[in-house]
Amino acid sequence: MSDQMSSPTVAPGGLADPEARRALVAGFEAAPGASKPDPILEVDAIVRQFGGMTAVDVQHLEVQRGLITALIGPNGAGKTTFFNLITGFDRPTSAGAGAHWAFDGQKLDKTSASSVARAGMVRTFQLTKALSAMTVIENMMLGAQNQAGENLVKSIFRGTWRKQEQEIEAKADELLQRFKLYEKKHDYAGSLSGGQRKLLEMARALMSDPKMIMLDEPMAGVNPALTQSLLGHIQSLRDEGMTVLFVEHDMHVVRHISDWVAVMAEGRLVAEGPADSVMSDPAVIDAYLGAHHDTDLGDDALLSDQTMDELAEEVAVEDAEREAEEEAEGLR
Amino acid sequence: MDDIQFILNGMMREALSPQTAAVAIAVIGLNIHFGFTGLINIGQSAFMLLGAYGFAISIWHGLPMVVGLLFGFGAAFVFALVLGAPTLKLRGDYLAIVTISAAEIIRYVGRSALLTDFTGSAQGIPGSQFRDPFTNLSFFGGGQFTLLPFNYTDVADGAAWLRIIGWVLVVAVIVLVVQRLRKGHAFAGIGQAALMLGLIVVGLFLLFFLFPVPNQRTGVNGWWVRFIAWGLVLVCTLLVYLLVRSPWGRLLRGIREDEDAIRSLGKNVFAIKMQALIIGGLFGALGGMVYVLPASVQPDSMGRSLTFFCYTALLLGGAATIFGPVLGAIIFFAARIGIKYTSAAYVPDSIMNGQQTEQFSYIVVGVALMLIVIFRPQGILGNKRELRFNV
Repeated sequence: MSDQMSSPTVAPGGLADPEARRALVAGFEAAPGASKPDPILEVDAIVRQFGGMTAVDVQHLEVQRGLITALIGPNGAGKTTFFNLITGFDRPTSAGAGAHWAFDGQKLDKTSASSVARAGMVRTFQLTKALSAMTVIENMMLGAQNQAGENLVKSIFRGTWRKQEQEIEAKADELLQRFKLYEKKHDYAGSLSGGQRKLLEMARALMSDPKMIMLDEPMAGVNPALTQSLLGHIQSLRDEGMTVLFVEHDMHVVRHISDWVAVMAEGRLVAEGPADSVMSDPAVIDAYLGAHHDTDLGDDALLSDQTMDELAEEVAVEDAEREAEEEAEGLR
Repeated sequence: MDDIQFILNGMMREALSPQTAAVAIAVIGLNIHFGFTGLINIGQSAFMLLGAYGFAISIWHGLPMVVGLLFGFGAAFVFALVLGAPTLKLRGDYLAIVTISAAEIIRYVGRSALLTDFTGSAQGIPGSQFRDPFTNLSFFGGGQFTLLPFNYTDVADGAAWLRIIGWVLVVAVIVLVVQRLRKGHAFAGIGQAALMLGLIVVGLFLLFFLFPVPNQRTGVNGWWVRFIAWGLVLVCTLLVYLLVRSPWGRLLRGIREDEDAIRSLGKNVFAIKMQALIIGGLFGALGGMVYVLPASVQPDSMGRSLTFFCYTALLLGGAATIFGPVLGAIIFFAARIGIKYTSAAYVPDSIMNGQQTEQFSYIVVGVALMLIVIFRPQGILGNKRELRFNV
């Protein structure tokens, strides 16, 4: 079981080398919904509406195997909802009406959260879900898959699961050492600090030998020193061949570690590209700062009737464009 | 002195009664629901009632006892499935609502005059109709028997000083046992386990020495049914111990802490919760069968209040502990009788008459439950650390 983690799905050294990654990424088209040579996750036509509000409307997204992909966007862009949808914690409104997503060649259109995790796509949560009243090691051991002792009948007979339990514990010890939590092994998870809980949650997710790990705001509420170590862990996961998709707010973090960035705004995917160039994409700047961010409204001298008219005109044109777009979509 | 001896004798009799054992078994089941899995089942009495009905009706209508057992367990199994299927995917509150109303439905159906041939309606099924196959199994023989035959009256003519020394010793042993249990590793290693067993045996010997209990050997409410009932309590406790120390038990506690986290780790939460609901329900059914053996199947004696007694016993002993349910059930019933007899003995009739002492004992129990939840939410044996982070 544990050798699955050390044998990466991509040839070793292939994507651990920054140059190779840069060369690979340079071949991708920097447009929303761009196709990738070896996508591990493909998403099509996922729409989630809450009443009349469309929270997520992603037409197409591919995530390249073996890279760190960041999903960014302003507050309320639908990033976490999108996460919930593809990990099976929520159902798309478009389910059965064109919504498709496939992980590692396996269709996931109608599967539950637990089977998504069993397929090899494991997630963490924005608000850490460490099981407070259980010890760190118990938390870790819950993460292991295919445990004989989790079968009701076998659980009574210790002989049927004792050996596996020892193997799992050894593996958990190894991961705890790597994440520097080994000293806390027998402490209650509730006594850990916020950052340590994030580490624990990530380590717990790794217990299931995932192919892809999805981190929902891994750096939120973590002090800078621990952020560095978290980033290091994420990068080393990538270097071992795991695919990482993470949601983040902090641009610095994104620029530092991600190989590819997808930007969401108002539920849609508005841009994709390498970290350094996507930030200058006009769609991204619009999404973060608003379309009129370079119009100075603070200077009264500029607020002549003419400027107001110009602005009104600009807004009218934009509205018309948006309406036309929506209509076109409605027809489709 | 005699008053105190009388009160303590009463408490001892009640603590030993088969109905206390029956409730302890039901509480063991409830502990799987509420303590380990976090399922709020407010209808444990319905599982008990169904077990009792399945058992009693089958035998009453001429079926062998084994079939009766199967019907009792089968009814509880189906009941758990029916209640769990729609609610276990929803938030916990829904199971609570559904179980409490389903329990009332079962009770009202049992009372219904239409079913007099089966349930005996509100009068219920008298014990004489279904008890015989069970008492016929007894190898205890007939007549009276006092446990222990050698007791305080044989030493120094039952002098007061002897009894007082004995009582102090009993209290000391009980405190010691509880403290060792609370530390959590009372049975870790052969030495510890032997010491613990020794303490328990000495404690029981002292108890029976100081408070001898005379009963029929077999009879309607004799040693035979007590022996079986407490034997079942032991077996159930052992079974729960085996279940919760396993990875399956770890999953239960994980689900209690955070379902979504467990789901994100690829576990089938619904199936595990259903298994827990069914197993706890089967314990409830077994408790119900034992509960009616020395009495009769009466729907009204197994209603909401019985469920709340179960909860009181569970919280008193300590939820999510192995011995908590047993200890809680014993203390609950013994203390209630103690309060009742004490107020009968020391409060003049003009203030509180015999009937009122009964009600008074329940009031005190209710207040005690509130005080436990406020000041000692982990119960007697519970682990405070396990609760502290549960914000």
